[in-house]
Amino acid sequence: MPKVLRVVDRRRCIGCLSCRQACARLRGDYSPSNAALDVKTAGGLSGEFVITICVACEEPACMEACKFGALTKRNGGGVVFHKEKCTKCGACAKACSISAIRMDNEGYPIICTHCGYCTRYCPHRCIATKEV
Amino acid sequence: MLNKDYIRVLYIDLTNEEYRFEERKDLFKYIGGTGVAAKLLEENIKPELDPFDPSQPIIFANGPLSFVMPVCTKVVATFYSPHTREYGESHAGGRLAMAMRFNNIDAIVITGKAKYPKYLVIDDKVLFKDARAMWGLSVEDTGKILRQHTTGSGIRSSLRIGRAGENLVTYAGVNVDTYRHFGRLGLGAVFGSKLLKGIVIIGDESIKIPKENLKKYREVYDSIYDVVTKTDVMEKYHAVGTSINVLPLNEMNSLPSLNLKTTRYEHAEGISGEKFAREVLVRKVACSGCQIGCIHIGQFRRQFDEGYEYETVNVSYDHELVFALGSFVGLKNPEEVLQLIDVVEREGLDAISTGVALGWATEAYNRGIITIDDTLMPLEFGVLPNYMAAVHYIATGKNEFYKDLGKGVAYASKKYGGQDFACHLGGNEMPGYHTGYGSVVGFSVGSRHSHLDNAGYSIDQARPKEEEIVKKIFNEELERNILTSLVACLFARKVYNRETILKALEAVGIQYTNSELTEIAKEILRTKYRIKEKLGYSLDSIKIPKRFFETITLNGKLDQEKAHKMVKEYKAMIEDLMKQ
Repeated sequence: MPKVLRVVDRRRCIGCLSCRQACARLRGDYSPSNAALDVKTAGGLSGEFVITICVACEEPACMEACKFGALTKRNGGGVVFHKEKCTKCGACAKACSISAIRMDNEGYPIICTHCGYCTRYCPHRCIATKEV
Repeated sequence: MLNKDYIRVLYIDLTNEEYRFEERKDLFKYIGGTGVAAKLLEENIKPELDPFDPSQPIIFANGPLSFVMPVCTKVVATFYSPHTREYGESHAGGRLAMAMRFNNIDAIVITGKAKYPKYLVIDDKVLFKDARAMWGLSVEDTGKILRQHTTGSGIRSSLRIGRAGENLVTYAGVNVDTYRHFGRLGLGAVFGSKLLKGIVIIGDESIKIPKENLKKYREVYDSIYDVVTKTDVMEKYHAVGTSINVLPLNEMNSLPSLNLKTTRYEHAEGISGEKFAREVLVRKVACSGCQIGCIHIGQFRRQFDEGYEYETVNVSYDHELVFALGSFVGLKNPEEVLQLIDVVEREGLDAISTGVALGWATEAYNRGIITIDDTLMPLEFGVLPNYMAAVHYIATGKNEFYKDLGKGVAYASKKYGGQDFACHLGGNEMPGYHTGYGSVVGFSVGSRHSHLDNAGYSIDQARPKEEEIVKKIFNEELERNILTSLVACLFARKVYNRETILKALEAVGIQYTNSELTEIAKEILRTKYRIKEKLGYSLDSIKIPKRFFETITLNGKLDQEKAHKMVKEYKAMIEDLMKQ
C-alpha cells in the first residue's frame, strides 16, 4: 500500500523544526529552508504553529501547471519529480493553492516524496504517514 | 566553523551605517560561542571609556554545532557590562543561532551609535532602518511591528529592547523571539545607548553537508537525538520544567524568599511548578533545533472593563522568574507571578535583577531607609499592584530613587544604605538558590556572576566535602566554556559529555583532541580574566553582603570568613591559570 504524509495534530507542535531539519538532511543540506515541509508561526511565537506539507492531491494542480512533464502522478496521491525535465519556471509552486511547494537555492522545486523520514524526528507525533 | 576553517565575522558600524565581513582564520581555534565572543570582546573593548561610549562593541557568536546537532541552540553575547562595569556575557536561545547559521554569519561585532533610533535587518545585506516610531514602545509591540515589516517567517530571529533599555536601566535585557532573552548584565542598556531598538536576522541560505560526512553526520545526529528524546536525561526540563525546583529547594532551606530573609517560604506550595502546570500552563514551545520544548507558557485572563471585557495574556515562566518575581517578593499564586512577569517582559528588564531590586526596596522601605517620597507608594511583600507600578517606574526612571534602583541593588544600597541586605554577588543580583558555599562563592567568583557559570548550587546539592567545593567550581567553570562555545544549551550538559562533543564535532568535519579542548577551555577563561583585569576588576573586590550569612542554607548557616577565604582560594587558582 502506498503511503502519504499527513499532519495529525499541528496543535501539539513545539516549533523545534526537527522535521524540516530531517528533510533537509536527507537532501544533503543542513538548512531548514531546503526542506519539503514548512513550519512557521502565525502571529509570532505567541501564536499557533502552522505546518505546511504536500497533501498528496489526487488531481495535482502542480502537475497540471507543469508544461514540461517534470511532474507525473504518484501512486497514492501527489507527484513524482523528474529533475531532468524541469526548467525551473516555478509554475508548479504558483499553482499549489496551499503553497506547499518551495524552490531550493538552485531554483528547483522541492517536491515531497512522502517518504516519511521527517515523521521519525517529530517528538510530539504531529506528523505521520498513513496508508492510502 | 562549520564547513570552513575560519570564523566569518560581520562588523557593523552604526555611526556611519557601514558593514563588512572578515574571514578570521586566527579565531577558528576558539571554536565559537563564548570562545570567539570573548576573544572579539578583548580585541574591541575600550577599557578606558564608559560602557555606554558609542565605540564600545556588542558581540554575538554562535558555534560549529549550532542547529546542526540537537539542542545546540544558544548564541553568546559579550559586552562591557554597564551593570557590574566589568566583563559582560549573556546567552539566549530562540531562533537566533539558526538564523545566524543560515545567513552564513558566525559572529557579529556592532559598534558606533545611530543618529536616531534604528533597527537592523540582516538578510542579503544589512539595512539600517528607521525605528523612531518604535522608540518608547514595549517589547511586545515592537516585536509585532518587526514581524510585519520583515520576511522569513519561521527562519528568522527578532531581537528588541523595551523602554528599560532605551532608558539605560543597567539590567535591561534584550528580548529574543518573544520568549527568550539576553537577560543578565544589561545588554539591553547597551543597545539603548547605541539607539539600537532591534535586529532581525533572516537565515534562508543553504549549507550543504559534505558528501564524505553525510553518513557519519546522520549516525551521530541520530544517536544524540535518541538520548535527548528517548531517555530521561532531559525529561525534567520538558515536563513540569525548571520550576519543578521550587518545592525541593524550599524543603532544603534553599529557596530565596522575602529578600532572602528566609529560604523556607510559607507560600511555596502556591507557586510550585506543579501548581503552575495544573493551573496556568497552556503550551510548551522550543528553540529551533531542540526537541525538548522547555519554554513553558502560562496564561492569565484579566478583566479590563465591566461587561465581561477580558484580555488574555501568554507569558513564559521558569524557576528563576518564579523565585525572583514570586517568593522573593512574597507573591502567592501563579496568576500573580505571571502578571508581574508580564510587565517585566513588556518593559524589557532582566527578571532576576528586577525581582531582587524590588525585594531590597521593600525591606529598605519597611526599615525606613527609604520613604514614600522615594518609592511614591508603599512597598509591601505580597502586594502586586504596587510592584507592577514600580516596574514601570524603574523602566522609565520615574524619579531619582527609581533611576538609582535601575542601576541595581549594589548601587542603590551604597547610596541609600541597606548594603547588608542587598542580595547581589559581585554586583549582580542573586539567582534562585541559596544552597551553601557552592552557590554563594560560585556566584561571586563566576566570570559573569551567574548561576550558569559553574552551577555552584548543584555542587552544594551533592553535599561535597567543604575543602573540595572551590576546585569543583573552578573545574565546572572551565568545562562549561567548551559547552558554551559549541554552543550547546546547558540543559543538555549531561548529553554533551566530552566523548559526545568530540564525536559531534568530528561528524561535521571538525577535529579536536580531548586535551586540545581542555587547553582551549583554559585559554577562554584566561581571556575573560584578561578583560576583567583591563577593566580594573579583581576578585579581591568581592564583598559578600551579610544577609547571605544570616539566612540558613541546605548546608546550614554559612561563615563569612570561610566564604571569603574560598574566594581567595579561587583567586589563587585563577592566578595559577594565568601563568600557564
